[in-house]
Amino acid sequence: MAPTKKMGIKQKYAHLTRGLDWETTYEKMDDVFPYDKFEGIKITDWSKWEDPFRLTMDSYWKFQAEKERKLYAVIDAFAQNNGQTNISDARYVNVLKLFLTGISPEEYQAHRGFAFTGRHLRGVGPRVACQQQSLDELRHFQTQCHTISHFNKFFNGLSEFRTMHDRVFYLSVPKSFFDDARTAGPFEFMIAIGFAFEYVLTNLLFVPFMSGAAYNGDMSTVTFGFSAQSDESRHMTLGIEVIKFLLEQHPDNLPIVQEWVDKWFWRGFRLLGLVSMMMDYMLPKKVMSWKEAWEIYFVEAGGSLFKDLERYGLKMPKYHEQATEACEHISHQLYGLLYQLSHVTGLHAWMPDDEHMDWLSEKYPNTFDKYYRPRFELWKQQEAEGKRFYYNGLLQLCHTCQLPMTFTEPDDPTTTCFRESEYEGQHYHFCSDGCKDIFDREPEKYISSWLPIQQIFQGNCGGPTIPDVLAYYMFGPNDGGEYVGSEDNKLWESWKNATTKEAAE
Amino acid sequence: MAQIASITLYQNDEARPVMEAILQDNPTARVLNMPGAVKIDVDDELVINRATVEEKLGSEWDPQQIHMVLISMAGNLDEDDDQIKLSWKH
Amino acid sequence: MPVKAIVDNYKDFNPNRDLPEQYHGNLMVYLYWNKHMSFVAAMAAPLPPPTPFGALPEVAKSVYGTHPDFEKIDWSKVEWTLDGNPITPDFAKSIGEQGVRHKSLIRFTTPGLDGFEGKYV
Repeated sequence: MAPTKKMGIKQKYAHLTRGLDWETTYEKMDDVFPYDKFEGIKITDWSKWEDPFRLTMDSYWKFQAEKERKLYAVIDAFAQNNGQTNISDARYVNVLKLFLTGISPEEYQAHRGFAFTGRHLRGVGPRVACQQQSLDELRHFQTQCHTISHFNKFFNGLSEFRTMHDRVFYLSVPKSFFDDARTAGPFEFMIAIGFAFEYVLTNLLFVPFMSGAAYNGDMSTVTFGFSAQSDESRHMTLGIEVIKFLLEQHPDNLPIVQEWVDKWFWRGFRLLGLVSMMMDYMLPKKVMSWKEAWEIYFVEAGGSLFKDLERYGLKMPKYHEQATEACEHISHQLYGLLYQLSHVTGLHAWMPDDEHMDWLSEKYPNTFDKYYRPRFELWKQQEAEGKRFYYNGLLQLCHTCQLPMTFTEPDDPTTTCFRESEYEGQHYHFCSDGCKDIFDREPEKYISSWLPIQQIFQGNCGGPTIPDVLAYYMFGPNDGGEYVGSEDNKLWESWKNATTKEAAE
Repeated sequence: MAQIASITLYQNDEARPVMEAILQDNPTARVLNMPGAVKIDVDDELVINRATVEEKLGSEWDPQQIHMVLISMAGNLDEDDDQIKLSWKH
Repeated sequence: MPVKAIVDNYKDFNPNRDLPEQYHGNLMVYLYWNKHMSFVAAMAAPLPPPTPFGALPEVAKSVYGTHPDFEKIDWSKVEWTLDGNPITPDFAKSIGEQGVRHKSLIRFTTPGLDGFEGKYV
């Protein structure tokens, strides 16, 4: 018998995604796949789906296993070598706290969402891709927990991340984002997470974050981050394939897809505001400013992408100009938020030093000195007088993105942006035109949002006082507030001063 | 403005032959070095040839091994047994 | 535009979680001090409708009182808006009687006080 020639990847992929599927006969296809029509998306030929990576399951397992082996070797080495003592500064750990409480649980939500689409799309090509992504997302959640668990042995604010995610006011920002996506139909979910989040915005989350970790001596986080990001490239490919596929299948899909792109771009932009604050303020050693990252990853990369999609009639997401203009402001506004609310968060905040403020002036010549430096000067003066500034109350949230209503008018950084809608006789407030439009499009959905401040007033968060609510959030007594003088700060100082201390105990 | 085809790789030994191959086969490539990562941009189209990577590496290389060093990319992807292409051309 | 849902009775699954009757008789009121941008957002307070309007300066003090401008406020000169419309409140009368409802936004401007060093901080 003549030896069979080894199959090429195109052939292998064709077998996996065509040969293994069948039309059901005992049950109607519509009963087997009940979810892929109600959104109004029209698919005429599922076989037109092509994964350009053409990754088959055997290769998938092989590469993922190798990535895992490498990652866990680094995590072990980091723990054995007391890597936590070699980070740039203990302030850096607050970046990990934000990541573990705000992002890792969303990896899990993404896993659940893609498991759903990986079951409910009737085309086998996208189904396979979604199933792989579902496994990837679960892997990300697990590796992030494992990596950061080492820091939990030493630092506050990490231990109750799962409960915190479901209850804490600022964590409802990422949670509500994914809840919104997961309660949509499978195609909207794919556009929301696969396209808008993974393709258009995820670079802004992972690349500067992980490069920041590398620069701040956190070897283990760099490794999980880039290990996850290598999966993201596949996810980005799925994201761009899904949008092209929908737009090629039927012209009626265009207006639906455009609305989803508009909605999820804006929701993603608001969510990533948390990353802007991390990049500009929370990394002791900086990689690039948020504004620079936005230029590279949205203006330049997003511009190329949307130019490509013009041939289908798809336009740049609505309010993208506002988002680009807001780049000059959001990191300063959001760090101001953290600074004055840190006593009711699981994070520490601190006054940027002079060198840091000069860096901000240089990176934000149009705005920092004029609008934001004066705030820090006032707060610094108050610190010097022993009256460190905190916001002593509850505040107004945007009904869509659930961030505090802190953003300013697009043309006036001295005026807070207030937008409002009426629905069934009630007021709803929004931080921006983008968030108002999202509500107005589907008010029946957003009236049931679980808004954390509203829930406190309704008596659903442990009790009426601030300590009651913080106990409900499962914050420890040393998790939040000012960094200087905190337990984390004292531990760090003790490590730095321990040059002659005996290590063996 | 040109559309930018781009790839971001690990800043490590495993990725280095791939990076060198890209720079050789895409003479107009621009490099952005970041801690831990390197981003390579080319106007309109970026190509990675298996043969060039194998020449730099001195051994066999399967284009799917790119998954081991890949961080991010931009452009429509096409991958087969000999080449990876990221392109905005149609 | 209505939600596209897989069921016809979508609303049965999706109760409103922000109705006045859920607040134990209080109104959730938002209070915002114009041109004092160092405060991250308008404050939210649960107030019973019979609360006199004249109690609002004290309510505001709980959050805004840390600002050096706060003690300089001459409350007789403060300009008020309620849900976007200018009002001249009667401090002796209740907020409920003067049109404040659930999630009303009350903004106040303090002429001559434009934040720390006049920089809207």
